[in-house]
Amino acid sequence: MLLRLRDIHKSFAGAEGPVPVLRGVDLDLAAGESLALTGESGSGKSTLLHLVGGLDRHDRGRIEVAGTEVTALDDSGRAALRRGTVGVVFQQFNLIPSLTVGDNIAFQARIAGRHEPARATALAERLGLAPHLAKYPEQLSGGQQQRCAIARTLAARPALVLADEPTGNLDEATAEEVLGAMLELVAETGAALLMVTHSQHHAARMGRRLHLHAGRIA
Amino acid sequence: MTGAVFHALLSHWRRAPLQLFTLIAGLALATGLWSGVQAINAEARASYDAAAATLGEGRFARIEAATGGEVTQAQYVALRRAGWLVSPVVQGRLGGVRLVGIDPLTAPGGIGPAAGEADISAFLGGAGQIFGRAEVLAALPETGAEAVLAPDVAPGTALTDISLALRLLKRDGIDALLVAPEQPIARPELAEIASDLVLRPPQPGSEVGRLTDSFHLNLTAFGLLCFAVGIFIVHGAVGLAFEQRRPVIRTLRALGVPLRRLVALMLLELLAFALVAGVIGVGLGWLLAAQLLPDVAATLRGLYGADVAGGLALRPAWWLSGLGIAVLGTGLAAGAALWRIATMPLLAAGGRRAWAMAEARMARGQGAAALALLLLAAGLAVWGEGLVAGFALLGAGLIGAALALPLMLGAALGLAARLARGPLMQWFWADTRQQLPGLSLALMALMLAMAANIGVSTMVGSFRATFAEFLDQRLAPELYVETADDAQARAVEALLAPRIRAVLPLASVEIEVEGIPAELNLARPDPTYPENWRLLRAAERPWERLSTGEGVLISEQLARRAGLSLGDPVRLGPETALPVLGIHGDYGNPLGQVIVTEALFARLQPEIVPRRFGLRLDPAEVPEIRAALTGMGLPEGAITDQAAVKRFSMQVFERTFAVTAALNVLTLAVAGFAMLMSLLTLAALRLPQLAPVWALGLTRRRLAALEMGRTVLLAALTAVVALPVGLALAWVLLAVVNVAAFGWRLPMTAFPWDYARLGLFALLAAGLAALWPAIRLARTPPAALLGVFAHER
Repeated sequence: MLLRLRDIHKSFAGAEGPVPVLRGVDLDLAAGESLALTGESGSGKSTLLHLVGGLDRHDRGRIEVAGTEVTALDDSGRAALRRGTVGVVFQQFNLIPSLTVGDNIAFQARIAGRHEPARATALAERLGLAPHLAKYPEQLSGGQQQRCAIARTLAARPALVLADEPTGNLDEATAEEVLGAMLELVAETGAALLMVTHSQHHAARMGRRLHLHAGRIA
Repeated sequence: MTGAVFHALLSHWRRAPLQLFTLIAGLALATGLWSGVQAINAEARASYDAAAATLGEGRFARIEAATGGEVTQAQYVALRRAGWLVSPVVQGRLGGVRLVGIDPLTAPGGIGPAAGEADISAFLGGAGQIFGRAEVLAALPETGAEAVLAPDVAPGTALTDISLALRLLKRDGIDALLVAPEQPIARPELAEIASDLVLRPPQPGSEVGRLTDSFHLNLTAFGLLCFAVGIFIVHGAVGLAFEQRRPVIRTLRALGVPLRRLVALMLLELLAFALVAGVIGVGLGWLLAAQLLPDVAATLRGLYGADVAGGLALRPAWWLSGLGIAVLGTGLAAGAALWRIATMPLLAAGGRRAWAMAEARMARGQGAAALALLLLAAGLAVWGEGLVAGFALLGAGLIGAALALPLMLGAALGLAARLARGPLMQWFWADTRQQLPGLSLALMALMLAMAANIGVSTMVGSFRATFAEFLDQRLAPELYVETADDAQARAVEALLAPRIRAVLPLASVEIEVEGIPAELNLARPDPTYPENWRLLRAAERPWERLSTGEGVLISEQLARRAGLSLGDPVRLGPETALPVLGIHGDYGNPLGQVIVTEALFARLQPEIVPRRFGLRLDPAEVPEIRAALTGMGLPEGAITDQAAVKRFSMQVFERTFAVTAALNVLTLAVAGFAMLMSLLTLAALRLPQLAPVWALGLTRRRLAALEMGRTVLLAALTAVVALPVGLALAWVLLAVVNVAAFGWRLPMTAFPWDYARLGLFALLAAGLAALWPAIRLARTPPAALLGVFAHER
């Protein structure tokens, strides 16, 4: 099993004491599988994604990614996990504004030590970014920026792709197009995909779907 | 990984060249101003050290004639025969050069070329050798001796064997005998061999060095102020750059870059900038020092009689310290921003609120620090003593006031917002308040520069006014005459006494009062003194009692140093102790002064015949008297009129403060630059705040005008705060630092027109600084403003 979550608890500090967000989540995801995580705002979807990616720390439970216990890792270990095993696609794209599109696509593969120029070029072509490689992110449309972020993640060949509402900032037509491209490319690489989304329509295109309600899998 | 991350970090600067320029320029300016001042200090100190090495000034005890005259060769021989290990020294002027003669065979270790690898036989034998710096050797007239280049000899000084020096200077006697530190135990007392010689003990540190310490401390303090203003700019630029890169840092971490590596690379980046800016800054400092050094050299010569080389040597310690200060300054400026990055949570959730709370905490901390520093300054003003306490008071007061400025401006803007009528003005005040954190560093720099300008110009102006008045009092005689010998002095007096209103003899001899070196001067009973001299404090009928030998007058610095006040006895000899009748100001003289009546002076110093005279006469008679004196064989150069002496004294004064004035203008220019750079960098961030107001119906031109008005208003409020801070600074300089450094307290004079002019200049500078960003805003295409909304999707 590529991803295994057992009894995950997480709460945030609030004005009147801790506010629980996740209350005992169990989840398994095999290599090559795709899973949509749906739920209302505040149900803990993004928090769960952050915990899996080692971007935040959980209070209780066990998270294993590719056999590695995430809880046991320090900051450097978590950074290494994100470089080598996990790729994250953010809702806000999070491109580096001072790097060109080409440099952005190559960036994660470079820091992971897996940069293959041919693969980066092929990804840029598949995602329609080839004419824009010398441009800066601010010169691209929202859809193009998200495709650039997807190319950046996939160029590093992660075993697990985490996507946090990747189409949340895009119009319907662009969202369809971007999601289609992402699903196709992830399937080709054999990576597992865990995607948080509000859209039932998008969730329906994934292999499996889970609904999170009040911090628990419904 | 490292290469890719470093590339990503550096790419920020390619997209923000203005920010990079601000950072490098601010750091280079700060380093330049600081290292320029340090170069001047290092050059002067090297000159003092060279003087000490050449002449043994201060390091060895000296035997001199008690009356200030010569030591005879016979006395020297007698002392050597009695077992005293002494070595003769003679000095005099030869073609504008100070020629010093020593005896290398008997000179104590470390003096002159005997200490080095010089060829003693060549030095002593044949036509002899003269050692000196290139410019000194060039200035020497033809002597027949071999000129040897020696850069370590004191500036303005040529060194040779004593016999050659005596021949060239046409002298027989010796000025002094240097006493070797190790002496035979069984040797007779000095008084037994030569009763008219005195032994002066060595003084730790070179005498000139001690005298000029306060001058250099003043320069260092100014250099530090300039550096602080520059660092404010760097702090602003680094803070803004790090703030803008915060999302990128988060992204890098989210993509798998370890925090430790990220912080290390950012440190490396800053170090690279510090070194680049440091090299530029050291170059700037070199140019600045080269420009200012001739004035400083003239000041030190005029004020302290210290010779300082007019050229600048490139010393490794100096440029290394310049680079060091650039790195230190970068660390100071970037430390807080880097710490915030290092401790920033990876996820941005709630960041804005957390950031606002951190800002509020920081404002409270800043307020507490300001209050603590101002209280410390107040405590030092009341209880502090000495120069170090004076400078601590300056530092605490200035930094405290600077830290308090944003809080005071915030309070004033808050009040204005409450009183505002109409939505536009309400928005204007609220928006101005919101802009304050971004501009506060530049405003603090402006406030510091303005306060320094007000403080230093008030101090210099007060000093100038007092000094000019002092010169008018002191230089009452219409003519001054200097005679060559005692016989000529007597002849001059006999010739002039019946022809003019008064002949006032002038003479001084060095004495010790309460263990402190001082000059003993004489005053002939004459109305000139009571009519012109203003005493700072006086007993009953001081001049009348002075003329009858009932007491003495002392200078303010002697009164302070020796702790003497009116009525206290001043011991002038074994059986002579007279009360203080009055205390007078004596500005520009490093030594304390005691004035006694002529008869008493003659009794205390019977060997001294005054050779200088001040002549009181009708100005119309000046040409006639001048002709009579030259007719007696006095050279033209020995007769000086009052106006020439005043002109020379004022020239010395103006040159003394030329360096201060130059640094003053530079500091203000740096503050203006800080303002411009802050506004330019902030302008790009202003669009999201201005676009909604534009969308609601305000024209771009109106918005630009409001932006300019905002900057000028903030500069005006800053100027209002700078005025009392500057006046407080002037008070500290006049009443605390000057008293501790020089021993005199000057009355403070206010110069309202100068302050008004400075205020206008600051407003103009702020207006000019705001003009460019305002024009850019007025010309911003509507599409760019609409883009703000597009990016908010």
